[in-house]
Amino acid sequence: MRTRVFLLISIAVAALVFLGARMVNNDYVFFAGYTVLQFIVLATAWNILGGYTGYVNFGSAAFFALGAYATVFWHKFYPLPIPFLIVIGGAVSGIVGLGMGYLTLRLRGAFFAIATLALAVVLQTLVVNWDYVGGSRGAYIIRPNEIPLIGPYVQYLFLIQPNEIALIGPYVQYLVLPYVQYLFLLMLALAVIALTIARGIERSQLGYGFATIRDDELAAEASGVPTLRLKLVATTISGALMGMAGAPFPYYIGYLQPSSAFGLEYAVNSIAMPMIGGTTSWVGPLIGAVLLGSLQQIATVTISSAVNLLIVGLLLVAFVIIAPNGIIGLVQGWTRGRAK
Amino acid sequence: MGLSFDLLINAVIAGILLGGFYAAVTLGVSISFGILDIVNIAHPAFIILGSYIAYIVNTRLGIDPIVISIVMLPAFYFLGAGVYQVYYESFERRGQEALRGLSFFFGLLFVTEVMLILVFGVDYRYVEAWYIGPSWRLGVMDFPLRMLVPCVAALALFAALELFLSYTFVGRAISAVAQDQLALRLMGASPIRIKRIAFGISIATTAVAGALLIIIQPVEPSVGREYIGRVFAICVLGGLGSLPGTVIAAMLLGILESFTATFYGPSWAPAVAFGVLLLTLAFRPAGLLGR
Amino acid sequence: MAGPLLEVTGLSKRFGGFVALDGIDLTVAEGERVGLIGPNGSGKSTLVNCICGTLVNETGTVRFDGKAVDGLLTHERTRRGMARSFQLPRPFATLTVADNLRVPLLYTVNARLGRALSPAALDARCAELLQLVALSDKAAQLPRDLTQVEMRKLELARAMAAEPKLLIADESMAGLSQSEVDDIVALLIRLNERGITIVLIEHIMRAVMKFSQRLIVLVSGKKIADGRPEAVIRDPEVERAYLGQ
Repeated sequence: MRTRVFLLISIAVAALVFLGARMVNNDYVFFAGYTVLQFIVLATAWNILGGYTGYVNFGSAAFFALGAYATVFWHKFYPLPIPFLIVIGGAVSGIVGLGMGYLTLRLRGAFFAIATLALAVVLQTLVVNWDYVGGSRGAYIIRPNEIPLIGPYVQYLFLIQPNEIALIGPYVQYLVLPYVQYLFLLMLALAVIALTIARGIERSQLGYGFATIRDDELAAEASGVPTLRLKLVATTISGALMGMAGAPFPYYIGYLQPSSAFGLEYAVNSIAMPMIGGTTSWVGPLIGAVLLGSLQQIATVTISSAVNLLIVGLLLVAFVIIAPNGIIGLVQGWTRGRAK
Repeated sequence: MGLSFDLLINAVIAGILLGGFYAAVTLGVSISFGILDIVNIAHPAFIILGSYIAYIVNTRLGIDPIVISIVMLPAFYFLGAGVYQVYYESFERRGQEALRGLSFFFGLLFVTEVMLILVFGVDYRYVEAWYIGPSWRLGVMDFPLRMLVPCVAALALFAALELFLSYTFVGRAISAVAQDQLALRLMGASPIRIKRIAFGISIATTAVAGALLIIIQPVEPSVGREYIGRVFAICVLGGLGSLPGTVIAAMLLGILESFTATFYGPSWAPAVAFGVLLLTLAFRPAGLLGR
Repeated sequence: MAGPLLEVTGLSKRFGGFVALDGIDLTVAEGERVGLIGPNGSGKSTLVNCICGTLVNETGTVRFDGKAVDGLLTHERTRRGMARSFQLPRPFATLTVADNLRVPLLYTVNARLGRALSPAALDARCAELLQLVALSDKAAQLPRDLTQVEMRKLELARAMAAEPKLLIADESMAGLSQSEVDDIVALLIRLNERGITIVLIEHIMRAVMKFSQRLIVLVSGKKIADGRPEAVIRDPEVERAYLGQ
């Protein structure tokens, strides 16, 4: 019930964000905003596995890249609208997440973490050697400048007749979106979906189950929690969301290379953001992603991209040592201190 | 026919030599991960650090990289002991090594890499030494010294560690840390102190491994990543914490990679280690020599 | 005629070359209070782990409530009505005391009922369990704020929350004071009076003698005695095993 209310509120907030960005009407806002939103999805996805069940995934980049390369594949094979590609990317990464879970199910947490790292390199090697999607040279994706919202596929979906198009012709300028705004809008929707899922899990039976896995798997089993199955659920959801975040990426970047799609910065950011924000609640990754994401956008423009990665790394190390429960933990400690 | 036999035997030799070097890279992890149960995924970052120190001193003063690494041993030992102290105070003592401890090392790996990029850029760096270049030939067999010297140095490192762990008081205490903390206290040794020493030694080996790495191939900061998978694959395959097992597993992986590179092309080689790791984890988590 | 609630036949478990359990046979009847004793390392905890499915035994079978449970995972056995407490308390550290009890309700009771309990029903059951073990005023606290004896009570309450037919209490009194031990024994007897069969694994002989209707003795992975407590402790073989230490 309350999940539905939350969904409505976040849709409203998302609408406001989009309108606000339209008011500024500067392409850079959409470009930068897209990246921040993408990190919200990645951080939230990582946290569903890492924060809730305590299984550390170092291979976020691989799940992200799988989504992106699924798009590259379809772009060459049979171009599809991006919303479909998002679903496909999610399915591919979700299935790989499930397989990953199966392979490492009975291992201790540390082995799982190492195995995810291994998976990332295996997948990268496969992609580098797969010429159809560009191999090590990479692949170009040419994106249109704008997208008519009444495009061919919407027309198909709503069964609009060609003569009706002529009727709405005068209003069509309002129905055409610059492409980057379209991508921004899609990523905004994904962020809403990811946050709603994360919050929904937290308040459900599943959330309790995940927490017991994080705390003590043996005791969880003894309390009737099917730990193996729940771990598979977590790896699948987490992987799928990462893949969905990656699916529009080739259209955003225009030219996709294995080294950029599999970049370590995705792995580091999707760990650092929840760790800095706080891992126990959906708010943590959101705060972490907004703060770190914006900080990096500013640092990339003003200093250099290497320096901003250094900042992320140092913040990660500092936070895990000094503030183990992230910003949420700091705020909670502070309000509790004031209450006393 | 004769040609393919040459190719085969030289692939085996190259694999064994490469494997010897891999053993040097992994011995430290066998101590930290295998014995102490500390998942130091930043291990390769320390190795790269070792490579860059060898590079700086070698280009400025022209000293042999292996000699440099031996001089650097104490510095790396103390670096390791310091890192362990932070790790212990922040994570192990609070029982948070799983999530935050891992993230700590991941952050460390990343920070080291980015700092090296900021200072040295992404250009490949290399060292000069008399044994880089020439080869010994025995009939059809080819022993490039660039590979042979690191392999011999690695085996010497292995022998030294094995002797240390088996025949000294501290060494035996380190072996006991994993199995029996109570016995350790009865011996009058503080487990924390023993673990600090052991972790220090584990990082000290990266000074040597780093020097050997830059002898074998030119190095740039992100090269370390390729070794994360190799190192843990070998460590797991060799049965956690067993040094002889580590050497055998390293040789096996070296041969496997050398074959892959010879017969399928070098771009597939990185996947071999990770593939081996995934399969080992899935089907034989106790390692090759495990029960 | 009803068979025994728990029936273990020919159960063996080895770790490498070490034989931890060697052909154990035992039965526990419905409603019984059984004590299981033995020196350190005699295989008591290993036996519990094999019965509950945490460890896999090489040979032998475990039958529970008339059906073989071999090959079932721990949570499946818990859902069939087998609950345990751990030797060292293993609370869910990031969940409150009340939420610790909610987990078995959500995952075992719901699964058994085949439907979800309403939030109100969940709260009511939590409150009832907390009252049973006298932890009502700690409901909102985290386990780390509890004392030793409260932790043991939470451990038992969590096992009880799964509404088991059989409760296996693994050393729930180690390290407690005499009055605390009496407290726990009284609690266990109260639970038994509600119809729950209990197997108590314990070192504290006073507690075991007070609690048990029947005593089983394990030495080096073998069952050496099984019978009325007074008779068993006078058994020369049992005396030798304990004095020989």
